[in-house]
Amino acid sequence: MQLQSMYQDIILDHYRNPHGRGLRDPFEAEVHHVNPTCGDEVTMRVHLDGDTIADVSYEGQGCSISQASVSAMYDLVIGKSVTEALGTGEHFMTLMQSKGDAAVAEGLEDELEDAIAFAGVSKYPARVKCALMSWMALKDASARALSTSSEAN
Amino acid sequence: MTQTVSRPAGAHQVPLPLDVEAIRADFPILTRTVRDGKRLVYLDSGATSQKPRSVLDAERWFYENVNAAPHRGAHQLAEEATAAYEAARATIGAFLGAPENEIVFTRNSTESINLVAYALSNAATAKEPEFRRYAVGQGDEIVVTEMEHHANLLPWQQLCERTGATLRWLGLTDDGRLDLSDLDTVVNERTKLVAVTQQSNILGTINPLGGIIARAHEVGALVLVDGAQSVPHQKVDVTELGADFLVFSGHKMLGPTGVGVLWGRYDVLDALPPFLTGGSMIEVVRMEGSTFAAPPQRFEAGVPMSAQVIGLAAAADYLTALGMDRVQQHEEVLTGYALEQLQAIPGVTVIGPPDTVARGGAISFTVDGVHPHDVGQVLDDLGIAVRVGHHCAWPVVRRYGVPATTRATFYVHTGYDDVDALVEGVREAQRFFGVVPAVTEGGTN
Repeated sequence: MQLQSMYQDIILDHYRNPHGRGLRDPFEAEVHHVNPTCGDEVTMRVHLDGDTIADVSYEGQGCSISQASVSAMYDLVIGKSVTEALGTGEHFMTLMQSKGDAAVAEGLEDELEDAIAFAGVSKYPARVKCALMSWMALKDASARALSTSSEAN
Repeated sequence: MTQTVSRPAGAHQVPLPLDVEAIRADFPILTRTVRDGKRLVYLDSGATSQKPRSVLDAERWFYENVNAAPHRGAHQLAEEATAAYEAARATIGAFLGAPENEIVFTRNSTESINLVAYALSNAATAKEPEFRRYAVGQGDEIVVTEMEHHANLLPWQQLCERTGATLRWLGLTDDGRLDLSDLDTVVNERTKLVAVTQQSNILGTINPLGGIIARAHEVGALVLVDGAQSVPHQKVDVTELGADFLVFSGHKMLGPTGVGVLWGRYDVLDALPPFLTGGSMIEVVRMEGSTFAAPPQRFEAGVPMSAQVIGLAAAADYLTALGMDRVQQHEEVLTGYALEQLQAIPGVTVIGPPDTVARGGAISFTVDGVHPHDVGQVLDDLGIAVRVGHHCAWPVVRRYGVPATTRATFYVHTGYDDVDALVEGVREAQRFFGVVPAVTEGGTN
């Protein structure tokens, strides 16, 4: 049974007890992303303090991978600058493209914290999109939030 | 002729109408294993079917012996390729009880539907008066149902956007059937075409088309039947059906990908302008303008997918040899068994008719506490291929208030062992995700 390699306990914990879930005020941008092949959805708000991510709040529905991914992402990005957070997103993307290569995962372990548990997902191309959806939403929302706050300034 | 490996004690089981072991031997892909040596339990024929050796051999025969462009050239290969291509058209015609000049080869059901939708808007601007008969424009209405696959919805939405016509639809009942209570108002004298599926790809429902077609014809509307999920699984005779168009895909009926069919009543086809234009669909071409060939050639621009058409005829022959009535009975027995077994699992809800009355072998279900994607992943790990998601019928899953479903679909090589594997796999998914509900008295939900 290979399932355990994908569904690490960390993933199932995030799925059952998501961190930071719920939509909160204030926020500078809200986005809605879907994974059209399977109907996973996330609505995400980003609140910036300067260029620091002060809050990411979200609601969503979908499979364990998509929902656990947004929860693990929440832990990783709060308090980081947008640039740092998106850099972490790039590393998560690298992990998702690693096709199960353990060496790639090992190199990213410190930076990705709980999100390294998604390494097993990279062996299943159909599920990679589920894991990436929240990061795509963050990229979109933070770009909009930055342009909103620069307009306000 | 029972193929059972294991079954729960006391389960209702009758001999299957088809010899599953003999049929499986005809499908090379069923000998491979998946996910570390597990037997492939293929329950995704509704997405695309596997191919028997005779279909693969027919394509290879074409390329190795007669490959040439049909209806072009005067050399021997061109003659033989043309003969083979037209013989395949006759085979498909016979399969549907239709004359061969009513059979148009397309790429798939999707293209067949788009062909009709574009012909209807092209009709509005056709310079030839004889092509304007079925023109769709402002004030006209197109009727679909909430049950349609996106392929039988989006082409009509787009037709309405191009022409200013209005899209209307028949809704669904809570038990997965068409709500025909407002049929006479939704289909009215403004209706130009009714597009309806014969069998839902997600609910499995087989629709009562007779009344819909009669009402449509009463008001002078055309009827297009989406047979993508019915033609592969039951005998469909176009004369008995009484519609104006029937579309289906080859790859869902044991045939190759890249070939589909549009059947149309000849007098209707003859009154439609072309969709795709180019080589071989013409009568006379001048720089100033051109005239078009008669159907079916009018709708077959470009060198056709010859080998695939030959393969599709081989698939029709294979199904005819099994007997479409027996194919349908086979799936009905399996569907009844699967419905009974799945619905006996606490936490499992079937989305669609709960029994085999007017129902085909597509079973969608949800499992409390486990997302369909995750159900599918556990099943995949056990070697079981199912479809998960919204099945290109997003309005349907929305109607029933679920984000997605897991869907199992059956075909000629499906046996009790496959259904048993599915049922056990669903239980495994519940165990894996820790959502095994307490067993209630009697063991059913």
